[in-house]
Amino acid sequence: MSTPLSATFRAILMRDIRLAWSQGGTGTMALSFFMIAVTLFAFGVGPEPQVLARIAAGVIWVVALLACLLSLDRLYQADYEDGSLDDLALSPLGLTGVAAAKILAHWLATVVPLILIAPLLGMFMNLAPEGYGILLLSLLVGTPALSLIGSIGAALTVSVRRGGVLMALLVLPLYIPTLIFGVGAVDAAMGMVGSSANLALLGAVTLVALAIGPFASAAALRLALE
Amino acid sequence: MDTPEPSFDAKALSAHGLACRRGGRMVFEGLDFSVEPGALLYLRGANGSGKSTLLRLIAGFVPAADGELMYGDDAWGTGDAALSEAVVYVGHDHGLKPALTLRENCQTYARIMTGKSLSENVLYDAAETFALDRLLDQAVRFFSSGQRHRASLMRFLLADRPVWLMDEPTVGLDADNREKLAGLMTRHLARGGLILAATHDPIGVAGATVDVSQYAARATVQEGWL
Repeated sequence: MSTPLSATFRAILMRDIRLAWSQGGTGTMALSFFMIAVTLFAFGVGPEPQVLARIAAGVIWVVALLACLLSLDRLYQADYEDGSLDDLALSPLGLTGVAAAKILAHWLATVVPLILIAPLLGMFMNLAPEGYGILLLSLLVGTPALSLIGSIGAALTVSVRRGGVLMALLVLPLYIPTLIFGVGAVDAAMGMVGSSANLALLGAVTLVALAIGPFASAAALRLALE
Repeated sequence: MDTPEPSFDAKALSAHGLACRRGGRMVFEGLDFSVEPGALLYLRGANGSGKSTLLRLIAGFVPAADGELMYGDDAWGTGDAALSEAVVYVGHDHGLKPALTLRENCQTYARIMTGKSLSENVLYDAAETFALDRLLDQAVRFFSSGQRHRASLMRFLLADRPVWLMDEPTVGLDADNREKLAGLMTRHLARGGLILAATHDPIGVAGATVDVSQYAARATVQEGWL
């Protein structure tokens, strides 16, 4: 027996996951972009295994971040354009809860597939064997911050036509800490140094984003509804 | 359809000296009205006089610049959670997801609004009312604009809430469907619900009228502005 509020939260979550993987959704788009862009690096840099191995973690992290950004564009805009944002605002959950549900749905539907495919791309990039576990772990700990921070940017630019570029300008600088500690964790593990410091900082960034993301997104959405 | 429906525990909605500012311009000011449970209020006025703005203000999307809005003896909430339990708002945008079928759209809407799953009877009744029962399993992207509009009106029947805010509900409806809508509104009023409808066309349900144009802001732009 669940309370109506958690049922409402689940309803929004399921709706968004479903839309992400239906026709015109962002799930497939982000995943294919991730795979193609990483492969391009392997072609562009050339087939020297040492060079590829050296940049593997950085390339995978940067492209994952860009793929995530690519899909965030539509996080609220689709709902804003067809008017369902009005309906969501009138749900008993309130806009903060709605934003939280949509962020979680974005992470589950769009980012988790990227994490799952990352080991394969690690193989393309000749990632050292000791790097795989920590790459997955760092992505798992770090990427929720990408969805949370990106949600604020998406909510702020929801009423701006072609606001994707503006959103990228707002959001990308805020992604830097996640990127540094994420790549740092993998590099530390491959250099046989403990990576727990980097992982802890990565987790800290995610927790800060968690504390701010849903509330700031809701406030920005409220402005857009006016 | 003929089963007696429970009546609402609704209260009177009243405004005193309500004003609203959009983009630095006062849209209306000093607006007073009062709607008792079981009563209908038509909002009339020229294009741009603020009918839609008033409805969005009551729905809680737009903040009031001045005045107060009361629901019974309580101030109508300014947050998003408190008042949202009572309102169904249907505006110009239909709020339907093109990739989903009408059935999925309705079920998602009902779940988001009530936290409960939609009973088949309610869904069929609502679809039948607007002659959409054959289209329930059709993806909404194949709908005509008239069908989309009728589908958006179904929302009034899906979320069981006392206060209906209708923005131009009759646009694009033929005589037959207009009659159906009137029947629906009469039934809602008989249950003790409240309706505020902004419309240019007569719907055929008795109700009081407020002319929003009369409350246009008196302070106009200075002459010689050019």
